Amino acid sequence: MTRYTSATDSDRQAMLDAIGAGSIEELFDQVPAEVRLDRALDLPDGLTETECFDHLAGLAARNAHADAEVCFLGAGMYDHYVPAIVDAITQRSEFLTPYTPYQPEVSQGGLQVMFEFQTAISELTALPVSNASLYEGPSSVASAAYLAIGATKGRRKLVVSRGVHPHSRETLRTYAKGFGADVVEVGLDGGVTDAAELAEAVDTDTAAVFVQNPNFLGAVEDLEALAAVAKEAGALTVAAVDPLTLGVLRPPGESGVDIALGEGQSMGGRLDFGGPSFGFFAATEEHLRRMPGRIAGETTDADGRRGFVLALQTREQHIRREKATHNICTSQALNALGGVIYLAWLGRQGIVDLGELMARRTAYARERLAGVEGVELLHEAPVVREFAVRLDAPVDEVLDRVAEDGIAAGYPLAREYPEYEDGLLVAITERRSREDIDRLADSLGAAIGASRTHTVQKAPIPEEVAS
Amino acid sequence: MADESYPEGLRYHPEHDWARIDGDEATFGVTWYAQDALGEVVFYEPPEVGSETTKDQAYAEVESVKAVSDVYAPLSGEITAVNDAVSDSPEVVNEDPYGEGWLVRVKLTNPSEVDELLDVAAYRKLLEDE
Amino acid sequence: MTSGTALSPPSNADTPTAQQRERATTIFERSVAGRRAGSVPKTDVPERSLADLIPANLRRERPPQLPEVSEPEIVRHYNRLSRRNFDLDTGPYPLGSCTMKHNPRLNERVAALPGHARLHPAQSPKRAQGALDLMWRLERSLSEICGLPHVSLQPSAGSHGELAGLLLTRAYHEDRGEERTRVLTPDTSHGTNPASVTMAGYEVVKVATDERGGVDLDDLRSKIDESVACLMLTNPNTLGVFDENITEIARVVHASGATLYYDGANLNAIMGRSRPGDMGFDIVHVNLHKSFSQPHGGGGPGAGPIAVSDRIEPYLPVPRIVRSEGGNGASPAYDFDYAQPKSIGRLRGFAGNFGVFVRSYAYIRSLGGDGLTEASETAVLNANYLLAKLREGRAGRYLPVAFDRTCMHEFVLSGAPAKRELGVKTLDVAKRLLDFGFHPPTIYFPLLVDEALMVEPTETETREALDALAEAFDEILAEAESDPEIARKAPYTTPVRRLDEASASRHPVVRQAL
Repeated sequence: MTRYTSATDSDRQAMLDAIGAGSIEELFDQVPAEVRLDRALDLPDGLTETECFDHLAGLAARNAHADAEVCFLGAGMYDHYVPAIVDAITQRSEFLTPYTPYQPEVSQGGLQVMFEFQTAISELTALPVSNASLYEGPSSVASAAYLAIGATKGRRKLVVSRGVHPHSRETLRTYAKGFGADVVEVGLDGGVTDAAELAEAVDTDTAAVFVQNPNFLGAVEDLEALAAVAKEAGALTVAAVDPLTLGVLRPPGESGVDIALGEGQSMGGRLDFGGPSFGFFAATEEHLRRMPGRIAGETTDADGRRGFVLALQTREQHIRREKATHNICTSQALNALGGVIYLAWLGRQGIVDLGELMARRTAYARERLAGVEGVELLHEAPVVREFAVRLDAPVDEVLDRVAEDGIAAGYPLAREYPEYEDGLLVAITERRSREDIDRLADSLGAAIGASRTHTVQKAPIPEEVAS
Repeated sequence: MADESYPEGLRYHPEHDWARIDGDEATFGVTWYAQDALGEVVFYEPPEVGSETTKDQAYAEVESVKAVSDVYAPLSGEITAVNDAVSDSPEVVNEDPYGEGWLVRVKLTNPSEVDELLDVAAYRKLLEDE
Repeated sequence: MTSGTALSPPSNADTPTAQQRERATTIFERSVAGRRAGSVPKTDVPERSLADLIPANLRRERPPQLPEVSEPEIVRHYNRLSRRNFDLDTGPYPLGSCTMKHNPRLNERVAALPGHARLHPAQSPKRAQGALDLMWRLERSLSEICGLPHVSLQPSAGSHGELAGLLLTRAYHEDRGEERTRVLTPDTSHGTNPASVTMAGYEVVKVATDERGGVDLDDLRSKIDESVACLMLTNPNTLGVFDENITEIARVVHASGATLYYDGANLNAIMGRSRPGDMGFDIVHVNLHKSFSQPHGGGGPGAGPIAVSDRIEPYLPVPRIVRSEGGNGASPAYDFDYAQPKSIGRLRGFAGNFGVFVRSYAYIRSLGGDGLTEASETAVLNANYLLAKLREGRAGRYLPVAFDRTCMHEFVLSGAPAKRELGVKTLDVAKRLLDFGFHPPTIYFPLLVDEALMVEPTETETREALDALAEAFDEILAEAESDPEIARKAPYTTPVRRLDEASASRHPVVRQAL
C-alpha cells in the first residue's frame, strides 16, 4: 500500500501525549456509536506505486485514443496540437498545487495569470469584461441564463436556437427548472437559425436569446441579425463561440452580442474524455457586477507596486451567499492557465493562420466527401472547421467499418437530432492533413458501399484497441 | 477616515442610519459606526428618484471589499434626490458620513414616525450595549 | 524544517527584495510586433480565398491583439510568474475546509497516459471501455466510502454537486406532487450552500448553532415543516466538530418528508470511520480536489461527484454508466445509458472531469480502504496535535479555540482576544504568517465566530511542520505583545506587500490596456 502520511508509532505516541489522549480512538469518541462504521471499508487493498501504475495503464490500453487513430470527432472538443510548453508550465508546483488566491500577496502568479487570461478572452471576443473561467461550455450557457434573468428583472423565457450544442441546450433545461424559467427552442433552416421563427418566439418576457457560432452543425451564423431580434424585445443576446475560429470570424462583441462564452478545451487543453477543460465568459461593461466566477483586478500595494487581487468579491458566494451572482467556488484555473499559454504561443498571427488553414481544409474535406458515393452535404452554409453530411447507409455500421481502418470518422447526429438520423458531423483541425482527409473519403466510400450491399454483423467489442 | 462622532442635531435608527429632519423633508445616511464596521466603501448604487422608502426597510445596499450591508430607511417618504457623488466616490461615506456622504433626500409621508427615532444619547447607549 | 523564521521587519522594511523590485509585467506588455512562438502547418489543400468561403460581413477585419512573443520568452515569463506564488509543495497550507493534502505525482503520470489524455469524449463507448470501466470502479469506491448505493460523477465541483443535489430534491418532491419552497442551512454553512439554494429556486432559511457547535435541535424542530424541501449540512461541520445529534436530525428531517444533503467538504475527517449514508443522508457530494488528492490548480479543476439513496436514484443526471456482465467468461461491458425518464437531465457537457477521475481513482487504489482510514485518523490526530501545541503557547490566550471540544480534522480559533488585548486582528496575524513561510488558515469564516481562523493541517503534514507552524503563531503573538504595528503592516517579504483591494473594486481594471 502507498501512504503519504509520515507518522510513526513513536510520532503518534508523542502527539497523543501532547493532546492528552490515550489513543486515536478517543479522538473519535464524539462520533456516536450508531453511526460508526464497525468494519473495514470494502475496497481492494492498497497498491504500491508500481502496481497502481500497471493497473491504470491497463485501463488506458483499452481506449481508442487520438494517437492510435485519425480523429475527425468534434462536437465542441477538438484534437488540436497542445504545445509542449503547456505541460511544462502547468505541471510546475507553483501553479499546480496552491488554491484560489485568497492571500493575494503570495498569489501574484495566479492572479496575474487570471488577468492575462481575461485580457486574452476580451481580445478574442471583442467584449471588455471577462471572468477567470467557469467549468466548461454547456454549463456556462446556463450561467448566462442566470445573469440574464437577473439583469432583465425577472423575465422568465429563454429562447435557444437548435444550432446550440445539444449538451448546452440540455444543461440549460436542467438549470431552468431551478430558475423557474421556460426554454423555447427555435429550429434551423438551411443549417442556420431560422430568423423568422426566432422573431416569432422572442417577446417581452424573453430574458435572453441563445445562439452558437459556428453552430453545432458547423455553420457560420449571422450574429448581428440575430442580436437585433433580441435587442428589439429588450432581451440579451448570448453567443456560444468557438474560440479558434475567432481569428477569421467577426467577433461577437462587434456583432451586438451581450455575452460571449464557450468551451475552452481547444485552447491548450487535453481531450481527457471530456474534462477537465474550462468555460470562458465575456460580456459588455454593464454586466460586470452580475458576472459569475472569479475576476482578477489590477491595483497597487502599500509601496505603490503594481499588483492584482480578486476584484468585486461581493458578487460571489463567500460574501453574498444566497444573493450571489453564482454559486461557483472552485473553477478551472489550471486549465485557464493552459489556455493563456496556448494563446500566447499561437499569437496574433498564429490564430489567423490557424483559422485560414482550418477553413481551407474544411472546404476541401467538404468537397471531397460530397463527391463520395452515398454522401451528401446536410447543409451548404459557410463553415470554418466542422461540417455535417448525410450518409446513405446506417451511420453506426459505417463508423464501425471506418474504425477498422484506424479512423474515427465523426459524430453521429441521430440521438440528438432525430430529424437528421443519417447525419454525421466531421471536424477538422491543423492535425488533419490532406492525406488524412483523402483517407477518410476513401474509407467512408468503401464502408458505405459495403454496408449497402452486405448484411452486417454487429462489430464485436474489442478487448484492446490501442496500438 | 473620520473620527468617531454622532452629531447632536440628528435622529438615529437602530440599524445605524441617521436622519436630518428639515420641515417635511429629511436627509438619510449611515452613522460612523456603520461605515467603520463596513470598512472602505467601494460601491453604492442609489435608488431611483421618485421611488419610496418605508421605515425600517432597506432602500439600498452599500458594499465594501468584503461585505455588503443593507441601508435602512429611518422614515417613510418619497425620494426627491440621491447623492450621485457617492456612486462616483464611495469612500466619501467613510470620510464624511454625515456631510458629503449623505445618501438620499425624501419628502416625508408620515412625519409622526420621527418620534420613534433615537436621539444621540439613546443611540450612544445602544452602541455601548452592542 | 519546512520553513524559515521571518526576517525582522522594521529594519528590512525599506529594503525591497529582488522580487519586490521586479515590476509586474504582463505577457501582452512583452509583445514585440513580428515575434511568434508556435506556427501552423502550411496549407496542403487548394489555397482558396477566405472571401470565397466566408461572407465579408461575417469575417474578422482586425486580428485579435494576442501576444507576439517567442517560446523562450513565454517560458521565462510564466516561470518567473510561478515564483510569485506560494504553493503546497513548498510549505504548509492549512486552509480550513480546503483539505490541502499532498498531490501525488503518480496521479499526474497516469492521467497523462495517452489512453486517458488523448481519448475524445465523443469516442464510441465500445472503444472507450477502459474509461467507462474506470468511472464505474470510481463510482463503486465512492459508494462504499459514502455509504450510499448510486453515484453520478458528472458535477464539476462541490458547488456543482450542491446544485445537482437541490435539483434532485426538487425533482423528487415534484414527482410526489409536493410543492416545497424552502431549504434549511446552518448559519455556519459554506457560502456555496445558500448560493446554490437560490440557483435551485428555493428560499434560504438559517438554522441556529447550539453551544456545542452543532445544529440547534429546538430551532430545527421549530423551522422544519412541509414547506421545507431539504436540510443541507456538513458533518463534521465548519467548526470542526462532529454533530452528535445527527441521528435525531436525520429522523426529524425524514419525518417531515424533506431530503438530507451532505456537503462532503469535510469528508477527510471520517473516511473509514463513519459514512454519511449511515448517518441518514440522502444525497452526498464529494470534493475530489479535497479528500481525494486532485491538485487544487490555483482554483480548479476539481470535481464534485454525488452519491444518493434509492429514493433519489431515478432522478440522477444522464448519462449513467451501466455494466452488463459478459456471458461465458467474457469480460463485462460498459455503456452510457440515456434512457432515464425521470432524470433531471444534464448538468454539463460530456461525462464530467474525467482527468480528475483518473487521479482520484489512482489515489483510492494506492491507499486502499486501510490507507483512506489511516488518512482520516491522521488528519484528526494532526489537527488535535496542532491545537494542543498552539494552546501551549500564546495562542491559548489570544487565539482561543471557539468551541472547547475535541476537534476533528480542523478547528476554528477566535482572534477576538488578540484584537481586544493586542490591537491585532486576524487579518494581521495571517499577513504576518506569510513572512514566516506558511500559507495562513482560512480567515473570517465561519461567520459565526468573531475574527475567525479555520485551521486544517491535513494528514500529510509532518509533526515537525506542525511544531514549526505553532511556533510561528507564538512568535507573531509575542511580537504583537511588544509592537502590534509589525503585524499590522505585514507582510514585508512577499513579492508584493499589502494590496489595496478597495480601489480594485471601486474602479475595476480587469484587463490589460492595449
